[in-house]
Amino acid sequence: MINTNVSIAKKPKKFKSAKASRNISLVLSYLTLVVLTIIWLYPILWIILSSLRVEYNNAGDLIGIVVSHYIPKGFGFDNFVNLFTNTLFPRWFLNTLLVSSVTFVLSTLLTLSVAYVMSKLKFSARKKFLNIAIILGLFPGFMSMIAIYYILKALQLTQTLFALMLVYSAGAGLGFYVAKGFFDIIPNSLLESARLDGATNSQIFAKIVLPLSKPIIIYTALLAFIGPWMDFIFARVILGETNRELHTVAVGLYYMVYGERVDSNVFTLFAAGCVVVAIPIVTLFLSMQRYYIEGVTAGAVKG
Amino acid sequence: MEQKIEKEDKKSGFLTRLLTFFKTLGLTIKTRCLKFYNRFKEGSTGTKLSHVIMGSGNIYHKQYLKGFVYLILQVGFFALFIISPEVNGTPLGLKSIVNFFTLGTEPGDIFNPADNSMLMLLFGVIVFGLIGMFLAAYNSNIKSSLKADNDIKAGKKPTSLKEDIASLLDERFHVALLTPAIIGIITFTVLPTIFMILIAFTNFDSEHQGQVLFNWVGFANFLDIFSGTGEISVRFLPVLSWTLIWAFFATSTNYIGGILLAILINKKGVKLKKMWRTIFILTIALPQFISLLAMRNLLSTYGPINSTLMSLGLTDAPIQFLANAANPWTARITIIVINIWIGVPYTMLMTSGILMNVPSELYEAAQIDGATKRQAFFNITIPYILFITTPYLITSFIGNITSFNVIYLLTGGAPGVPGYKAGETDLLVTWLYKLTIDESEYNIGSVIAIITFIITATATLLSYRRSKAYKEEDAFQ
Repeated sequence: MINTNVSIAKKPKKFKSAKASRNISLVLSYLTLVVLTIIWLYPILWIILSSLRVEYNNAGDLIGIVVSHYIPKGFGFDNFVNLFTNTLFPRWFLNTLLVSSVTFVLSTLLTLSVAYVMSKLKFSARKKFLNIAIILGLFPGFMSMIAIYYILKALQLTQTLFALMLVYSAGAGLGFYVAKGFFDIIPNSLLESARLDGATNSQIFAKIVLPLSKPIIIYTALLAFIGPWMDFIFARVILGETNRELHTVAVGLYYMVYGERVDSNVFTLFAAGCVVVAIPIVTLFLSMQRYYIEGVTAGAVKG
Repeated sequence: MEQKIEKEDKKSGFLTRLLTFFKTLGLTIKTRCLKFYNRFKEGSTGTKLSHVIMGSGNIYHKQYLKGFVYLILQVGFFALFIISPEVNGTPLGLKSIVNFFTLGTEPGDIFNPADNSMLMLLFGVIVFGLIGMFLAAYNSNIKSSLKADNDIKAGKKPTSLKEDIASLLDERFHVALLTPAIIGIITFTVLPTIFMILIAFTNFDSEHQGQVLFNWVGFANFLDIFSGTGEISVRFLPVLSWTLIWAFFATSTNYIGGILLAILINKKGVKLKKMWRTIFILTIALPQFISLLAMRNLLSTYGPINSTLMSLGLTDAPIQFLANAANPWTARITIIVINIWIGVPYTMLMTSGILMNVPSELYEAAQIDGATKRQAFFNITIPYILFITTPYLITSFIGNITSFNVIYLLTGGAPGVPGYKAGETDLLVTWLYKLTIDESEYNIGSVIAIITFIITATATLLSYRRSKAYKEEDAFQ
C-alpha cells in the first residue's frame, strides 16, 4: 500500500495515462466479449424462439416453416405438445437414452481397463500392444464404420439398437490415451506399498486406483454418455431411413426435416425437438464441466 | 563426384540392410522351430500328447477343467472346418478358404441365388482370423502343459483351477483386463478394416450386386484414379485439393481464434471469467446436428439472415450462401466461417488450461531481467502456448480431414457438379460416404478410404514424432 503511494507521488502523470490506457483496453475487451457472446448465442436463441413460435396462416394452419422475422408474433407450447403427441419423438428419446446408458457403462469399463493396463501393469508384450494400438488408431473410425455397415448388412443384422450399442462401445478400448495419462500421474510407490501389504493387482485397482480416479472416470463416462446424443453418422448408417421407430434423436430429427420428402413445414417442430434434447445434455455437460476441462487440458498437453 | 559416391553408399547400405534382414528372419525361424522341437522332446508324455490332442497334457496333470476346455476348442474348431455350416447360404469353414480366392462361381438366378461374393470374402477373412486364434490356443495348450511339467520338476504341484483364477486377478490381471477390449477391437476395428482394404482390390460396385458376382481385379481401381473418365479420375484431384485447403483453413482459423479468445478471457482485470468461459462451453455441449442445422436454416434463401441483409439494403437479392452454383467459393468460405463458431471454443478451453499453467519461474526470471509485462507476454506466454500445443495442431488437422458433420449437415456437398456425385464442397470422407451408402460403389469408396488413411497416417506419424521430441526436450525454446 505504502509502496504504491510512493510511486504515485513520484510519477503521477505517467501513472494516470497508464491507468487510462488500461481502462480503455479493458472496455475494449468487454466490448469484444459481448459481441462474441451475441454471435455465439445467436443461433441458439433463434432455435429457442422458433420452438416457441405459434403463428397461424389465413387457413388456420400452424406455420412451421423458417420465417424471416426473429420475434414470434405468438408464443406458446403448441410445438412441444405436437412433438410429444403426433411424432415418434418420445420413442427416439427413449431409444437414445437406452443406447447411451448401455454404451457409457461398457465403454467406460473398457477404456479404463486398457488405460490402467498400459499405464501400471508390467508384462512382456506391453510395448507391442501399445504400438499396435497406435497403428490401429491411425485408421479413421469412419473407415471401419462403412465396413461394419457392409458386414451387418451381409449378416442381416443392421437396423437394431443392439448393433448400435456394440458399434459405439466395442472400439472404446482404443481411446485410452487421456485416461492413461491420468493413471501415469498416480505414484508407483503407492501401489508398491500396497503390494508389500499383500494386496493383489485387482485389489490395488479396485481399492486404491479407482477411488483416486474420480475425475477421469467422470470424464470418460460423460463423453461416452453424451456420444450417442451427438452422433449422427454411425446411427444414420446403421439404422437407415425407413425404420423410423428405431431412430435416435439425431437421426429422427434430421429425417423429420430432410427425409426422402423434404418437409419444410416442420421446422418449428424440429426446433422444439432440439430444445428438448439440448436441455438435459447441456445441463449435464455444464454441471460436469470441471472434469471435462481437466480431461481436455490433460489430453492436449500429452499430445 | 562426391555425391555419386554417397549415392552408391546408400544403395549398398540398403542392400546389406536387406540381406541382414533376411538373415535375422531366417535365424528367427530356425530358433523358433528348434525351440518347438526341443519343447516336444523334453516334455512329459502329457506334453507330447498335447501336440496332437489339445488339453491332453492338462488332463494328464489332473487339471481336468482346463484340459476339457482345450479339448472342446479343438473339437469345435475341426468340426466347424469339416462340416462348414452354411450361414445365410454361404459355407463358413474349410470351403471358405477356396471361396475367398474364387469369390464365387455360380451366379444362380433371381429365385435361387447361388453364390454370394460379399459373404465369401467376409467369411474368408473370418476363417483366416479363426485359424490364427486356433494356432494361438494350440500353442498356449502346450505351454500350459509344459508349465505343469516344470512345476513338478521344481517339486511343486501343478496349479489348481482355483490358483489359475486367482492368478488372473493378480499377476495375470492384465490378461483379464485386456481380453474384452481386444475382442471388441478385433471384431469391430481390425476385421472391418481388413475387409475394407480387400474390397479396394475387387470390382464390387453398383453393377456387381446381388446375384451378379464380383471378382479380384488387383490394382485396377487405384489405376483408375490416373486414367479413364469415371467419377474417380475426374473428381479425385479437385476433392483432394479442397479437402487439404479446408483442413488447413479450418485448423488455422480455429487455432488462432481459440488462442486469442483464451487470452482475452484470461486477461488480467476481466471479471466473470467463469461466466464467459461457460458461454462458449455451451456451444461444445450442444449437439452439432442442432447447431449446424440451425445455421443452415438461418442462412437459407428466405431465412432471417438474408432478410436482414435485404432490409438493411446490403443486398438486393437473397445470397445463396451454401448453394451458389456460380461460385463454389461462396459456400466454401461460409463453411470455414461457420466452422470457427464450432471449433474455437474447444481450442479456447484447451489454451486456457495451458495459460494458467505457464511455469511461474519463467515469469520470475523475466522480471529479474527487467522485462516488461508486454515483453513477457510475447516472449514467454505466446511461445509457451505454441510449443505445448503443436501436437494438438497436427491432431486437429487430421480431425478436420475426416470431419464429416460440418460438411454433410451444412451443404451435403452442394453446390453440385453436373454428372458427378462429388459436389464442390465434398471432402474425401463425405464423397466416400455418398459413393458407398447411396451409390453402392464399394470398391471406389474403399480406394478413397485407403487414400484418406495414407494422408492421416502420414500426418499422425509426424505428430507422434513431434510429441516424442517434446517429451525428450527439457525446455521449450
